[in-house]
Amino acid sequence: MAIHLTFQRDLCKGCQLCISVCPKHILELDSAANRKGYRPAVCRDESACIGCASCGKICPDSIITITKD
Amino acid sequence: MTTIYRKSKGLQDVPMHYCPGCSHGIVHKLIAEVMEEMDLIQQAIAICPVGCSVFAGSYFACDAIEAAHGRAPAVATAVKRTHPNQPVFTYQGDGDLASIGAAEIVHAAMRGEHFTTIFINNAIYGMTGGQMAPTTLLGQRATTAPGGRTKEQAGCPMRVAELLSTLEGLVYAERVCVVDIPHLNQAKRAIRKAFEKQMAGEGFTFVEVLAACPTNWGMDPIGANRWLMEHMAEYYPLGVVKEV
Repeated sequence: MAIHLTFQRDLCKGCQLCISVCPKHILELDSAANRKGYRPAVCRDESACIGCASCGKICPDSIITITKD
Repeated sequence: MTTIYRKSKGLQDVPMHYCPGCSHGIVHKLIAEVMEEMDLIQQAIAICPVGCSVFAGSYFACDAIEAAHGRAPAVATAVKRTHPNQPVFTYQGDGDLASIGAAEIVHAAMRGEHFTTIFINNAIYGMTGGQMAPTTLLGQRATTAPGGRTKEQAGCPMRVAELLSTLEGLVYAERVCVVDIPHLNQAKRAIRKAFEKQMAGEGFTFVEVLAACPTNWGMDPIGANRWLMEHMAEYYPLGVVKEV
């Protein structure tokens, strides 16, 4: 079972709330800016994701989709 | 492939204009998820305020009406009385509800109108640039209180949920926040209960959400949430204020 996180990169405002609630500490800000000029959140280790959806629930812009195979 | 989490169908597929870390987007999402879970998206009518959330009607997938500043409860009264079987809710900030619209919300609660109000309390005027609101904490700085709000000049902040709870027409009032997942889940349960009580015809229901305004508080989003729990939640205690 593999879990996949999809971020709508260009809608992210880099608020870091998803990073603050991730129990596995696998989210971080990208080093490059998106089209809005924000550094968007990315997942650096998807294999460690437990699919708790905390990031999706707290994202104010609802840009995170979580699926599993 | 199965979906564990996705954007609620109660929200339209458009980007929101809110600042990074603003709580408005989270509360919009919770309302949308409750509407989706209760299968109310096609029936619900949102009455939107003036303030940062003035475009809320463009984000909810249900029908929406934009009210004049502070007058959302008056519009909601008319909509609910003419559509008594449809869920109606107002979405209002503290500048809209507690200041210019104070009379409307008090009288709607007094009459026990059968709609729900979601009240966003971020202790400041957001859209107009961070002026002092009736809910601004003592000592909290605002552009119109650069040295911090003082009791001598502006009195003490208004606890709206407690104030309205003295009225017989209000059947449910709870204060929640959305700073982390446990609090966010509780906020969603409160919004759902308010909708359920409305649909059962019990009376006026009110959910106050303590919200962060990182931009006008001059903080980063995580620091703003921390400040909210340390200072706002102390003056505005979380929990059920009234349930009949």
